[in-house]
Amino acid sequence: MRPVSAWGRLDAASHDVVSLHDPAKIACQITSKPRGIAHGNGRSYGDVCLNPDGVLWHTTGLNHFISFDQSSGRLVCEAGVLLREIQRLVIPLGWILPVTPGTQLVTVGGAIANDVHGKNHHVLGSFGDHVQRIRLLRTVGQTIECGPQDNADWFAATVGGLGLTGIIVEAEIQLCRVAGPWLATDTVPYANLGEFFQLADESEADWQHTVSWLDCLDARGRGLFMRGNPTDVCNRPDPQSRKRTMPIIPPVSLVNPLSLRAFNMAYFHLKKWRAGQAIAHYESFFYPLDNILEWNRIYGPKGFYQYQCVVPRDVGQDATRAMLGEIARCSEGSFLAVLKTFGERQPVGMLSFPRPGVTLALDFPQKGLRTQMLFDRLDGIVREAGGRIYAAKDARMPRSLFEAGYPRLSEFMKYRDSGISSGLSRRLMGS
Amino acid sequence: MSNTNRIVIIGATSAMAEHCARLWVQGKSVDLTLVGRDTQRVERVAADLRVRSPQSEIGVTTSDFLDPTAIRNTVDEIAARGVIHTVLIAHGSLPEQDDCQDNLEVCRDALEINGVSPVLFAEAFAKHMSQNNSGTLALIGSVAGDRGRKSNYVYGAAKGMVTRYAQGLQHRFANTGIKVILIRPGPTATPMTTHLVGKGPRMASAEDVARKIVEAIDRGQTNVYVPRKWAVIMLIIRHLPNSIFNKMDI
Ligand SMILES: Cc1cc2nc3c(=O)[nH]c(=O)nc-3n(C[C@H](O)[C@H](O)[C@H](O)COP(=O)(O)OP(=O)(O)OC[C@H]3O[C@@H](n4cnc5c(N)ncnc54)[C@H](O)[C@@H]3O)c2cc1C
Repeated sequence: MRPVSAWGRLDAASHDVVSLHDPAKIACQITSKPRGIAHGNGRSYGDVCLNPDGVLWHTTGLNHFISFDQSSGRLVCEAGVLLREIQRLVIPLGWILPVTPGTQLVTVGGAIANDVHGKNHHVLGSFGDHVQRIRLLRTVGQTIECGPQDNADWFAATVGGLGLTGIIVEAEIQLCRVAGPWLATDTVPYANLGEFFQLADESEADWQHTVSWLDCLDARGRGLFMRGNPTDVCNRPDPQSRKRTMPIIPPVSLVNPLSLRAFNMAYFHLKKWRAGQAIAHYESFFYPLDNILEWNRIYGPKGFYQYQCVVPRDVGQDATRAMLGEIARCSEGSFLAVLKTFGERQPVGMLSFPRPGVTLALDFPQKGLRTQMLFDRLDGIVREAGGRIYAAKDARMPRSLFEAGYPRLSEFMKYRDSGISSGLSRRLMGS
Repeated sequence: MSNTNRIVIIGATSAMAEHCARLWVQGKSVDLTLVGRDTQRVERVAADLRVRSPQSEIGVTTSDFLDPTAIRNTVDEIAARGVIHTVLIAHGSLPEQDDCQDNLEVCRDALEINGVSPVLFAEAFAKHMSQNNSGTLALIGSVAGDRGRKSNYVYGAAKGMVTRYAQGLQHRFANTGIKVILIRPGPTATPMTTHLVGKGPRMASAEDVARKIVEAIDRGQTNVYVPRKWAVIMLIIRHLPNSIFNKMDI
């Protein structure tokens, strides 16, 4: 047994860690043990990838490519391959992962199990939209091959299935064509939420990638709208990536109302000053934090929460304004407040997070009751708006809000693997 | 193909060896022969490398790792296909020290697979390299081979044999076109050591160790500890007087 924590570092419960590294051995590894949960690269914030006092199946040893057809862009790989490995392999060959989250240090299995989304949801949907086949291994020893056409019900349960339907051993992904690693980008400052929504509406037709940084201490909702399109410029040298590590865990969170205010002010004005068009490398545009290893330590030993919700577009502006009001009132919040619109498409997975609307994501240092009370108020706004909270980022939502937000939950329950359980499944599904 | 770098890896399914292979094929075309014990497992490594480097030639061979005749035949066959530039001998398995003490068969197996087998492979390749007066032969030893410690002296004894053997080979090939490289990794996070995570010093990643191995081979450094701090740590451990050493629980 050893302590393992997720990205939010809220606690480090003890786990019996078993490494899955040989596909031929997984069947006997997962059948002969008490209930476990798959753990990819641990980039989920809360307990979706944890199983306190139970078994954790580490999947990063399943890191092999199986085949890649350069003419069709079909990639088959094991579930523990990191998205970064894929991007670095295929982009020079003219292909790219259609959808990636804000960090590429996640595994294929983790990307499927949370049906992750990126900055281009309005164009290409979520990760699961591009998965053609999954090989799923159940703890009873049965293998299920599923995809959008074959065993489509298993596929819909497993995409966004929070690791609860079985172990994803390998997957086939359809990649997209791309000219090269560069993007033409544009940064536009906005002064309030009304402007944000106007920018979002205007940009979605012409820009593949859109996302905005928000000053969460400013109740009007000022921020910076960033948009990008792939470009075929190619006469640029590859940027040298410099890796920095947050060297220590500071005794207290370095994120406090004062530092936050200073940072947000400086960030807004610096970026505003340099706003406009630019050419950016895909790694710095998509994954700005990946070169600062272990930045999650900045929140100190108590860790932090991320709160990410999505609310329908028609009530989006009011709900977002109400949430920002609550956050600004108690001077909480983060450097990283992100606001983005999701497109009009239904997700593949029964428990997929993305749905048409607007999504807000913020980090909060863990400050006990004070943080919980803020979350209760935010929950109320989300519930009222008919929205939902993202399980990949969650460590505390109440069960009733989960049930309200995910109407296909009872349908999903039929596909659960009885040999699998996580902190999150016990908290939100009772077992 | 004659200009292509020709590399042979013995124990190609070991995590360190596999990461070396990934580095070797990165952005280059090489002729790589992977040798392992289990066809399915080596094929998995080969398929991955073929995706990473379609332009490279990735061959797969299996062999018995303990039978001298099988080893000789395997190496002769590989050598018959052309001049070999680099050989990496990387296989091994980490036994439980307690099991070695309880069961002499486990003890013998551990000595053979970690000590005798690498030596036999190296000797078989040395023959071909000396005929061509060229090539680099890299062996993966271990810091465990530097001084016997109660927690893993059977494994350490086998690795110590590799160390001593490599020294002799370095002496034999001094002033020739052949380089013999001994790499001594400290504790490294691989499937072989997952059960040790959190129990001892922080482990290096197999990827980082592989990067150092590939660098050492490129530069022709003959004795390498990875990470480098282990050179200092082992210098101290080797020289501690028994009176102190025997009090330590390591
Ligand atoms: C800086 C940062 C930015 C992020 N940005 C975004 C974003 O923009 N959009 C977004 O959607 N998410 C985002 N995330 C969240 C992240 O994409 C998800 O949490 C992702 O699922 C993490 O993948 P992982 O490999 O680390 O898996 P883990 O976090 O270890 O596990 C995630 C889930 O996948 C399951 N799982 C993992 N492997 C398997 C397998 N082989 N078989 C079955 N189940 C498996 C686990 O059981 C768990 O339920 C971000 C996270 C960080 C740290």
